[in-house]
Amino acid sequence: MSLFDKFRSGLSKTRQAVTEGFNRVAASFGVFDEDFLDELEMILIQADSGVQVATKLTDSIRERVRKEGKVDREYVLGTLKDDMLAILETKPFRPDFEHLNVVFILGVNGTGKTTTAGKLAASFQRQGIKTMLAAADTFRAAAIEQLQAWGERAGVPVISNTLRSDPASVVFDAMQSAKARGVKLLIIDTAGRLHNKPNLMSEMEKMHRVAAREGETVGAVIHNFLVLDATTGQNAVIQARAFNEVTTLDGLIITKLDGNAKGGIALAVVEDMDIPLVFAGLGEGIDDLAPFDAELFVDSLLPEA
Amino acid sequence: MAVFQGLSEKLQAITDRMRGKSRITESDLKEMMREIRLALLEADVHYQVVKDLTKEISEKSAGTEVMQSITPGQQIVKIVHDSLTEILGGSESKLAVSPKGFTVYMLYGLQGAGKTTTAAKLANYLKDQGKKPILTSVDVHRPAAADQLNILAKSIDVPCYINKEEKRAEVIAKEAMDRGRYLLADTLIVDTAGRMTIDEEMMTELKAIASAVKPDEKLLIVDAMIGQEAVNIALEFDREIGLDGFIMTKLDGDARGGAALSIRRITGKPIKLVGMGEKIDQLEVFHPERMASRILGMGDVLTLVEKASRQIDEEKAQKTLERLQKNRFTLQDMLEQLEQVRDMGSIQDMVSMLPGAGGKLKDAEVDEKEFDRLAAIIRSMTIRERENHKILNASRRRRIAAGSGTSIQDVNKLIRQYEQTQKIMKQFSGFGKKGGKRGLFSQFGL
Repeated sequence: MSLFDKFRSGLSKTRQAVTEGFNRVAASFGVFDEDFLDELEMILIQADSGVQVATKLTDSIRERVRKEGKVDREYVLGTLKDDMLAILETKPFRPDFEHLNVVFILGVNGTGKTTTAGKLAASFQRQGIKTMLAAADTFRAAAIEQLQAWGERAGVPVISNTLRSDPASVVFDAMQSAKARGVKLLIIDTAGRLHNKPNLMSEMEKMHRVAAREGETVGAVIHNFLVLDATTGQNAVIQARAFNEVTTLDGLIITKLDGNAKGGIALAVVEDMDIPLVFAGLGEGIDDLAPFDAELFVDSLLPEA
Repeated sequence: MAVFQGLSEKLQAITDRMRGKSRITESDLKEMMREIRLALLEADVHYQVVKDLTKEISEKSAGTEVMQSITPGQQIVKIVHDSLTEILGGSESKLAVSPKGFTVYMLYGLQGAGKTTTAAKLANYLKDQGKKPILTSVDVHRPAAADQLNILAKSIDVPCYINKEEKRAEVIAKEAMDRGRYLLADTLIVDTAGRMTIDEEMMTELKAIASAVKPDEKLLIVDAMIGQEAVNIALEFDREIGLDGFIMTKLDGDARGGAALSIRRITGKPIKLVGMGEKIDQLEVFHPERMASRILGMGDVLTLVEKASRQIDEEKAQKTLERLQKNRFTLQDMLEQLEQVRDMGSIQDMVSMLPGAGGKLKDAEVDEKEFDRLAAIIRSMTIRERENHKILNASRRRRIAAGSGTSIQDVNKLIRQYEQTQKIMKQFSGFGKKGGKRGLFSQFGL
């Protein structure tokens, strides 16, 4: 399945809802007037885009319609697409693999961090980049086993310690091991933490300190990726803000974009934070984590012009 | 979110502009409804539910005498809050128990909702009630899911049935039931496989499990952070598998949990329990008003409004307000305030409930016993002294100290505090007049 097909099929339900809504209001109003814009706003909110983005997008259409006097369906759709693309950007994760790159996989509970870490490792390992996984989620029962299972499938070594051990010590071990083995990409799976828990957030800071200190000698570059569950509502925005406060986020990974997700939350978070989406989880298979592509995403969300 | 925390203030700002008008106009109401609509949407309440609700609230608000009240914004918030509470509450939320003596609960939901943790928490909850639960994981898909449940089960000393060789979930479920009966357990909790999406395969599997063990309760586990899709998920499960109630998880986060309202309203199914943290004992009974407050993002202020509306004598309040505006705040007023505030409960709590005012009042050092002592001192004063503290000479102060069982230092301190309070009151009444941030006592409806 091509990447486009994956985005397409993942967002098919949302797209169907958006298309139906769009056509329904187009048919019932005939012209794109104020009531139409209200309905359009509603459709966008229903796709989890949040009130702010929905209002921004509809305001832009209102403005352009007023200025240019065009009210046909293609024009409105085109405007919508342009504006969505102005929010999202395609910024692939292409670090310099001459050095060691350390990727922290962060996020609240249940967003799919471990799975994402496993899939990322598999994908880069296959591209010929020497990859390693570290199980720094020492809190959730069986998280270590889960990551080890992923490591086996991907053929990537997994550094781990026992349940309840200090996650920073796992990071330390992994850094030593990565340096010794000449690893180019170390992916660290961390415990899910609700962003309003200060203790867990300070534990995260400690892991960062260890990685930065140990990585200094080899010029390691640290990347922080926040994993967001696409079925999450507006709290995703608050999650991104909170994580970005304690650490600088370099990218967002949106998971579970297939099936029951609405997807609009991607717009809400990127609009609010201006942090690029780097990967999208489009299915449960090991190959279903794809580099995020804004154009494909928007095309999958909106009806055909 | 900014949009959110300000609902109360925004409504108040709208109504402030209407001061002096005898009736609420349609456009005023429309403006207020828009704020309510946005607030609910930001809380991830489903759009259709928001639409219906704002219509109902609008009708209720128009019919009542909200504008007669001193704080109509707060009154409207109260109407909204009551409506939400009504929807969320109502029907029985106790877990069903099988009359045959062996109860089966089946937990299902999307991946990452917290099913496995909730299964273990539920076992712990039942164990605390003197039940003998047994757990089983029938997740044949996710690596290590069964291990996770097993580890949790061990930590609470509850048996857990696992069969890693078996790939048919319904067979494991049936075996677990047999094992449970053999172990003389009385409740089986079945943790099913979570999926990223609701698909044919998942439904078929859940149906097979349900028909194998005939659950007394089929419980949907919902993440408090879920967005607009919550309703569709609940409806689909209800249609395909049957849904008896739901458990909302991760309420220890800061998500508003608007899905609770949407699912309750659209499926009519009750919320049975809520997960309040990662620890195994953090599964709690559901409280409709708390959830309503949470969705509105203004829990404490609402409690305060309710407490205040119960405790405060409107007439007295009005009188105080008038005096305040004339900058006449006497020791008698202070006594009345002390008594009224004291009636509402812990002063420290009250102060902490006030958004914005809390920090300001910290300087005034609020202390419970101190308040009681202050009241005693004022009660030992004559009416004239209460009206004008300037006449309090050394001899009067000695008498008051003796009368209230305090020292002259205490009396002096009270007078200083009174002067300090007077200053604060002036500040607050000043705020009120400028139409800016409303002060401490306006929160009380004063």
